[in-house]
Amino acid sequence: MAEMTLIEAIRQGMEEEMARDQSVFIVGEDVGVRGGVFRATMGLYEKFGEERVIDSPLAELSIVGVGIGAALYGMKPICEIQFADFIHPAFNQIVSEAAKMCYRSNGEWTVPMVIRAPYGGGIGGGLYHSQSVEAFYTHVPGLKVVVPSNPRDAKGLLKSAVRDPNPVMFFEPKKGYRLIRGEVPEGEYTTPIGPANVSRSGSDLTVFAYGMMHHYALQAAEKVRAEGIDVEVVDLRTLYPVDQATVLESVKKTGKALIVYEDNLTGGYGAEIAAILAEHAFADLDAPVRRLAGPDVPAVPFSHPLQDWFMISPDKIAAAVRDLAKY
Amino acid sequence: MELSGDMKREMYWSMLLARRLDERAWVLHRQGKIAFHISGIGHEAAQIGAAFAIKRGYDWVSPYYRDLALLLAMGYTPRDFMLSLMGKREDPSSGGRQMPSHWSLKSANVISHSAPVATQAVHASGIGLAMKMRGEDKVVLTTIGEGSTSQGEWYEAVNWAAVHKLPVIFLVQNNQFAISVRQDKQMAVKSSADKACGLGLTGVTVDGTNVFEVHRVISELVERARSGEGASVVEARMYRITPHSSDDDDRTYRTREEVEENKKKDALIIARGLLEKEGLLAPKDLDAMEAKAKSIVDDAVQYAEQAAYPDVSEGLYPVYAEEVRHG
Repeated sequence: MAEMTLIEAIRQGMEEEMARDQSVFIVGEDVGVRGGVFRATMGLYEKFGEERVIDSPLAELSIVGVGIGAALYGMKPICEIQFADFIHPAFNQIVSEAAKMCYRSNGEWTVPMVIRAPYGGGIGGGLYHSQSVEAFYTHVPGLKVVVPSNPRDAKGLLKSAVRDPNPVMFFEPKKGYRLIRGEVPEGEYTTPIGPANVSRSGSDLTVFAYGMMHHYALQAAEKVRAEGIDVEVVDLRTLYPVDQATVLESVKKTGKALIVYEDNLTGGYGAEIAAILAEHAFADLDAPVRRLAGPDVPAVPFSHPLQDWFMISPDKIAAAVRDLAKY
Repeated sequence: MELSGDMKREMYWSMLLARRLDERAWVLHRQGKIAFHISGIGHEAAQIGAAFAIKRGYDWVSPYYRDLALLLAMGYTPRDFMLSLMGKREDPSSGGRQMPSHWSLKSANVISHSAPVATQAVHASGIGLAMKMRGEDKVVLTTIGEGSTSQGEWYEAVNWAAVHKLPVIFLVQNNQFAISVRQDKQMAVKSSADKACGLGLTGVTVDGTNVFEVHRVISELVERARSGEGASVVEARMYRITPHSSDDDDRTYRTREEVEENKKKDALIIARGLLEKEGLLAPKDLDAMEAKAKSIVDDAVQYAEQAAYPDVSEGLYPVYAEEVRHG
């Protein structure tokens, strides 16, 4: 096992897949000579050349659209959107084209591609370098939506995403790129797209989270342990299609659910988990399902006090856990 | 490529068959037998000129919804078209999922397209990029209406192809109307081909009612693209003598006199005149072609009317590549 950061694991996953399969290539803004603004593709341009690590024009819809065309031709593009905030121009290509291609052609055409995008706040990025956009895409059949929370999963899920025959949205918690470190197995492995992970076993209540919020949820669980609250944490990992069985199993055991996400509260991804619990776990619940999420303002404001007000922190999660445990 | 007499006759035949099928679609709509038709009448010369300029089955095509004649030249059959019009299970483009004239024919390298306009142009650039990455001498032909060249997607696609010298032919079929809106509200240039020079690639305008002239011009552009000299934009100009679609009423935005005047410049009449002048078509040949077309169209209608609708259970798949069923 080697310890590495989240972003190193993602880079290693891409490097291995490119070495394994000649049809894999990377396209995005500044991914080549610069190695990406977050350095996710550092060294890959030197190793694989400008034909396989392509600096695109500064235009997101064609990063995705060109990727779709290449995928139809049999290539396996990894499209990098520099910040998830900038993915919106590509919405049409993702939702109208990539997601619907297999269905609309009755399976004649499929789009094996990965769209990577760093998401999330807490990095002083203001409204347009902090957004969480996963809920837009978890509404779209035909896409798979993945959010890794730790290096081991990030590498394994990325490799699965590259090998998946469908378009996979791969949202990376950018605040965790260098903050989150962890063990990554030596040698070849993949992490399957689909199953959630019970990352901490507990009996009093379940916290459902993903990405950066999962990292914080584990910290919050540690904080309340001394107070005698035994928290189970479920890392959802694949948001769509969701692992409903693991979600329901956990709540059957604990009877209480807190869903944490850093996107705006209303219509955010956690609402779907809450709906699943309301529909299928009513009899198992000992308390109302709770959501802890960002406020319903357009996006994360820049000024530090405002950003801290917006962002979910381990302390805020711990407070919500205490509150729910008391119920 | 010099066209033989046989080839010229074949081109005329392809135009004629497309026209008769298209006309029958309008009749079927008025009879209440189909729900929707979008016409390619008047576009046949541009499409057949282009189709005969590429290596069909070797090169790739990213089409749009008016391309009935082009699709027939690629191997799509009259029965296929009628199946699609009636939403029958055997429709090869989508198994009855897409509206009619939303083509896909993988066996002929024709990719599936959608209704949001200009998305297909970006895919063509992606296909061209993949061809270049693999060092192949193939080209991709993509078609579009002049109104849709207002889309950012089109500019991004053309820009990509220009920057990377991709083997893409952007064929604009300028029928002078985007539903009701005329060209002067779409662009400040005389021809969409003029936009090409601003993006750094070749732009050519051709009389889209003369099939042999279209063929000559596009053949040259195809050879340039095939030999690595890059992409081009070609505008073929014609007049849309039908309403936009069966749901449109063109009396609300143009006079009958204008339409009648333009019917005199019909591509089919012009092609016939040219062939007669060269002594390649005698009246008896024309009669034989008409009789053959009628019998093919009759057969296609009869076949499609008797064909089965999809079973409602088929609505559920294939959302993902894993769910593709064959047969």
